[in-house]
Amino acid sequence: MDGFWIVLTGTLVASVSGVLGAFLLLRKMSMMGDAISHAVLPGIVIAYLIVGHRASFSLILGAILIGLLTTFMIENLSIKGKLQVDASIGISFTFLFSLGIILISKYANQIDIDTDCVLHGEIAFVPLDTIYWNNMNLGPRPIWILGGTAVLVASFIAIGFKGLYITTFNLDYAKSLGINVIFWHYALMALVSITTVVSFESVGAILVVAFLVIPPSTAYLFTDNFKYMLALTVVFGFLSALFGYSVSVWLNSSIAGSMSVVAGGFLVLGVLFSPKRGLVVRWMRSKRISPHQPAYRK
Amino acid sequence: MLETAFEFFSFTEPNVRTVTLGTVLLGIGAAVVGSFTYLRKRALVGDAVSHAILPGVALAFMITGEREPLYLLVGALLAGWISLLSIDGIVNYSKLKTDTAIALILSVFFGFGILLLTAIQQQGTGTQAGLDSFLFGKAAGMTTKEVHFFGWVSAALIGIVVLFFNVFRLVSFNREFAISLGLPVRFIEFIMATITVLAITTGIQAVGVVLMAALLITPAAAARPFTNRLEWMIVIAAAIGAVGGLVGSFVSYTHPQMPTGPWIVVVLSVFAVGSLLFAPNRGVVASIRRRYQNQRKIRTENLLKAFYQLYESGATSAITKETLQAHRNFQSRERAKGLKELLQRGCLTKESHQYALTEKGLEEGKRIVRLHRLWEVYLTERMRMQADHIHPQAETMEHIITPEIEAQLIKELNTPQKDPHNSDIPYTQ
Repeated sequence: MDGFWIVLTGTLVASVSGVLGAFLLLRKMSMMGDAISHAVLPGIVIAYLIVGHRASFSLILGAILIGLLTTFMIENLSIKGKLQVDASIGISFTFLFSLGIILISKYANQIDIDTDCVLHGEIAFVPLDTIYWNNMNLGPRPIWILGGTAVLVASFIAIGFKGLYITTFNLDYAKSLGINVIFWHYALMALVSITTVVSFESVGAILVVAFLVIPPSTAYLFTDNFKYMLALTVVFGFLSALFGYSVSVWLNSSIAGSMSVVAGGFLVLGVLFSPKRGLVVRWMRSKRISPHQPAYRK
Repeated sequence: MLETAFEFFSFTEPNVRTVTLGTVLLGIGAAVVGSFTYLRKRALVGDAVSHAILPGVALAFMITGEREPLYLLVGALLAGWISLLSIDGIVNYSKLKTDTAIALILSVFFGFGILLLTAIQQQGTGTQAGLDSFLFGKAAGMTTKEVHFFGWVSAALIGIVVLFFNVFRLVSFNREFAISLGLPVRFIEFIMATITVLAITTGIQAVGVVLMAALLITPAAAARPFTNRLEWMIVIAAAIGAVGGLVGSFVSYTHPQMPTGPWIVVVLSVFAVGSLLFAPNRGVVASIRRRYQNQRKIRTENLLKAFYQLYESGATSAITKETLQAHRNFQSRERAKGLKELLQRGCLTKESHQYALTEKGLEEGKRIVRLHRLWEVYLTERMRMQADHIHPQAETMEHIITPEIEAQLIKELNTPQKDPHNSDIPYTQ
């Protein structure tokens, strides 16, 4: 049963962050996921200091605020400060992460967060944290929280699909239609922040960052159709969670680490066997094994 | 407070000396190498590599069973190289873009490293504590032996940069040109990658994996706005890196529970934001000031021109706001501001709502009108433009032309007397 809950948690995190990551990937902002997932740390700590316990709602509020702040910082450093975009990302998230660690060190005796747990999380403890209602076991608490997030993200994407889609694929066209491009940018970043913070407790930053980028990239290698890509992302996320958990049981190693590595394994398969540009297809083309296809590169 | 500061900066305590020296050296080494990383627009590659060397270090430890820095360094170098190659490989052999490739390599390699780390912990060798400090750095716990080692590495990094400075600069700024000169660009890039991985591997000791990107590129980003010369940029970046290291160790000396790495990064970030705001020429404040000065110049020059043209068309020497407005439709706020500025500069006098140009104002107004008409002549005679198309361009150029260009225009056009609209061009005697 424990295994079931862990794989379910992994799949939930993978689906939510993977779907958001697919948008990030196509917007060429993959590193924004990495940046925000680190930058939200001071938000968590401050919310924790104000409220005094790990009430999820205040943490989420803190995360949204700090996520928007990060986005704002990056935009301003690169536009007003004329800094390269990737340098602005690097400077912003390292600064905020440092602030977070300094705050943790300063209030170490008041806070039950340690830096190790932020990065690693403990997906292994998910099954232990169950909630009861009228003496009925409702299953682990993280599942409910992650499930709620999944519903939130899914409904936002369902309602705002057109806006997100058009600002992702053709920014200039969206602008010319009078669509508020900045709103969609910040809305997406807010969703990424929420997902990161909610997943932190249960799976840690490593797995969130990995699931934000690896499954959508793998899916992207296998299809050019955006909706298929979203579906495949969820499939690869599930497979990574399932086999990752098996590997971790087999090697007695970190679950988050194993899931990332298995996800990476699927990515390698994608690079090799991608139907249009995979290494194998290219090799066959160069050998003219498949004569009905034109031999072109790239 | 002062006493502790004095205690710290006298460096009498050997432990303080060791730690400070170590962090300062690491800061300098990373900043020097990071300047090239920054200029080659690979800021986040540094982040990926710093995460990616974790499995290399873990494997080196698993194989040798020792925490000898040299072995760990070799493992880290290998992993760093492989991660860089993989990023290039993904970009070259799939449709994924660079930023995605960086994020992919970062998370897959780091996940693999965590997997290995936990496997090591299961073996219970007990000495894995050294690997854990990889994540957050352990500046305060550096031994003298390690500091010596990092000192040599930093010195080697700086030596390599000095030795290969010219080729590094060429490859960073114009790779194609370097290839066309027949330089072994691939080999040079290999050396650059090697020193980057070296700087990252050692720098991680000071600030940890996550913050390593900052140690590498934040000093460079802070130094960039101050100068356009690469050698000065590197020197400034190194100085900022050193100050960061110094302040970081000072804070963790006065507050032992405080981590060194994050403080170093906060200091570096303050430098970066400060220089982006206040750098002499490229800073945000400087560019706002420049824009404001330009606006003021254009505003006052347009007013002077209007005054001069009114005099030319035979107006009496005193002019009211209304006459000005009838001549050219100024925005009333701009006009009021401009008139005030001109009065302050002594170009105008004012008597009961009537303005008159002073000697100085007359000369200035004459100059603007002259530049305007000279440019119109130039456009029609040299650029063969129609007389009814030239006014808007001259309207801009009159604020830009310098005395040197003016002299050249007059010489080139043989001191013309009339502009294309048959107005006189006024010269000073």
